[in-house]
Amino acid sequence: MSKRVGIEVSIAISEAVGLAKAEVIPAYPITPQTHIVEHLSEMVANGELDAEFVPVESEHAAMSCCCGAVAAGARVFSSTSSQGLSLMSEILYIPSTMRLPMVVVVANRALSAPISIWNDHQDIMIQRDIGWIQTFAENGQEAVDLTLHAFRVSEDRNVSLPMMVNIDGFTLSHVIEPIELPDQEEVDKYLPPFKPRYKMDPRRPISMGPVGIPEVYTEAKVAHDMAMKKAKRYILKAWNEFAEIFGRKYDPVASYRTEDAEVLLVTMGSISETAMTAVDTMRDAGQKVGLLKIRLWRPFPGQEFRKAVGKTKVLAVIDRCLPPGALCGPVGAELRSLFYKIPGSPKIFSFVAGLGGRDVTVERFEEIVDKARAYAKKRPRELYEVIGVREK
Amino acid sequence: MANSDAIVGWKTITFGCHILEPGNAANFRTGDWRSQRPVVDKEKCIKCGMCWVFCPDMAYSQDEDGYFVVNLEYCKGCGICAHECPKDAITMVPEEG
Amino acid sequence: MIPEFEKFKGFKAKNLPKEEPLSSGHRACQGCGEVLALRMVMKALGKDVIVCNATGCMEIITSPYPHTAWKVPWIHIAFENSASVASGVEAARKVLARKGKIPKKHVDILAVGGDGATGDIGLQFISGAMERGHDFLYVCLDNEAYMNTGVQRSGCTPYGAMTTTSPPGKKSFGQVTWKKNVPAIMVAHNIPYVATASPAYFLDLMNKVKKAALVKGPAYVHIYSPCPTGWGSAGERSIEISRLAVETKVFPLYEVIEGRYIISRKITKPKPVTEYLKGQRRFRHLDEDHIEYIQRRVDAEYEKLLRLSEMA
Repeated sequence: MSKRVGIEVSIAISEAVGLAKAEVIPAYPITPQTHIVEHLSEMVANGELDAEFVPVESEHAAMSCCCGAVAAGARVFSSTSSQGLSLMSEILYIPSTMRLPMVVVVANRALSAPISIWNDHQDIMIQRDIGWIQTFAENGQEAVDLTLHAFRVSEDRNVSLPMMVNIDGFTLSHVIEPIELPDQEEVDKYLPPFKPRYKMDPRRPISMGPVGIPEVYTEAKVAHDMAMKKAKRYILKAWNEFAEIFGRKYDPVASYRTEDAEVLLVTMGSISETAMTAVDTMRDAGQKVGLLKIRLWRPFPGQEFRKAVGKTKVLAVIDRCLPPGALCGPVGAELRSLFYKIPGSPKIFSFVAGLGGRDVTVERFEEIVDKARAYAKKRPRELYEVIGVREK
Repeated sequence: MANSDAIVGWKTITFGCHILEPGNAANFRTGDWRSQRPVVDKEKCIKCGMCWVFCPDMAYSQDEDGYFVVNLEYCKGCGICAHECPKDAITMVPEEG
Repeated sequence: MIPEFEKFKGFKAKNLPKEEPLSSGHRACQGCGEVLALRMVMKALGKDVIVCNATGCMEIITSPYPHTAWKVPWIHIAFENSASVASGVEAARKVLARKGKIPKKHVDILAVGGDGATGDIGLQFISGAMERGHDFLYVCLDNEAYMNTGVQRSGCTPYGAMTTTSPPGKKSFGQVTWKKNVPAIMVAHNIPYVATASPAYFLDLMNKVKKAALVKGPAYVHIYSPCPTGWGSAGERSIEISRLAVETKVFPLYEVIEGRYIISRKITKPKPVTEYLKGQRRFRHLDEDHIEYIQRRVDAEYEKLLRLSEMA
């Protein structure tokens, strides 16, 4: 039987990784990911988890070590954040096209400069195109569930792609929440042993990671792209099976009080919880406001998103990332391109908020909704707006 | 030669771009890079195998009589074998044409 | 002493393994000393091995899709990280063997890279893997510059050598620094086995590689690898140049077993360095002063090595 416990989210994630019986865990410490890997190394040290914890000398080495370990046939987990994720960046593109499944939890954090250990999504947004499946957790329970789901999807032989679960640094990683931890039997039922399609074995030698001359490179990349597109089916299937076993149902895009909404907020990650409170407050005041939470970021669930928007005419998209010089934040850009030239599509307004750990309060969400309503009547001068920024 | 072999579609390219056939580079003949070929004088050869040991292209093998023979499909004509032969039994001869 | 060495009697010229884990048809240049060294490495290791290859000449010439020259499991991830990839392979095999998911039979894990991948961009990764004590061997195939990208200088490029980024000119005489002593850095990690080797002394090379594989824990072999294309030398002279590098004390052969230096080939009657330098276009511009400096420094470095070998 699963048990409901009050537990720090990082610890709960490591318990989930333990339940998944990860076999190789290369990791390098970075705030705010540390509690996850500390607890895992403790579990290995105490013999609770039969795995190799490899205390590598950098995140770049962590990801390289992950690649070697998966290629040799082991179930692999790692976790990182911010500068660490950036340091991994060169390698991140490689296991995805090489179809090496693994799970990485990213405790999302701002990027330097100035150095900040606090939460936003700039670290993951610059890794948007690494070709990994990427999900975002809203709360501790989701963080645990998405971690288990990630192993299941990533290792599915129809998918065989690496997967990243994003949890907001501190606001998720360091809070204590009541979380239902599944028991081993349930997890074993959900997650079969890892059977890679190919691995490095002297009895059946293969070469992995060859040179792609121009005649080959495009086809290799398209094969990867098609695998990502095809993966959505298995991501949904694994969520359905998760619901059957564990009783919690997840969708790629979650809707909250969207019925008859005139304005929909669009969020990712843990600010969705505050956004729900804001929606409740605004609904109580008679405003027709709802919320869409993007849980699956890559492959982007376009169809599901359009359906979730329904007939709503105004979207207020919140990006927790400010790409200087761009037309707007990456989520805003994604949605604008999703609806481009589609008849009856909503007006999309892009807002940047919650950078480097700044709180996005209920009042800020109300401000965003007010602005979106106003812009729907009179086009704004800029393509996006940073919320809560001081001028002087 | 390699290009024609590399014409694959995204549906037919191997999973993860892995190469599943070990050592299939042997299908690629490097012999046509050669401008000179080694010719062994069996009178002088003492079958020491230095030509085989020092060949960067694994082009030499030993025949039934113990002599080392070069496979011209792979020999690039670098001349290390002739240079290292302790008995000067190998001469590099220009390829014609 | 290292118990694993006791059973190993060494390779003999008469009964070298016939097996070639690396096949013909690779795209190395004519007279490539690096692929020849790699061939010897692989002959010494046989087929029970997993190879983690850094980006570089050996990687590109052996794996243009859909062709591979490898008859053993081989993986290439990136330039700097073959030691980390090997760490992952080793960790995986350890846990999988413990869980009964793979046969217990030992498989050697080889990480291999050039001098740039080893002494420059990959130094931290190798240091990490050595320090953590993974059971693997790292082989550096040192051709003394970034050859794959068109002969740029590396930390292992010798003093005075001309490369495309250390060109001699009105205000320069080529590479201004002395060759980085990467084996000494490996020795500083207190790993059980470090050695230098040369393809001219193929039995010595193969024995060292085999010992590096036999030893439990990390081992390192630094192999001199002539590059006719990058050095401007005749392809046929690759082995001759390798031999001269040893005979002139430019590239001494030694082992460091559990911290103890053992010179494999004592050079009592050294040839002058000019014998080595001539016939290599990369050194052609050097004047007498520079050559004299090189001679003095080579002698001094060799003296240092002798003293280390006397500290038993």
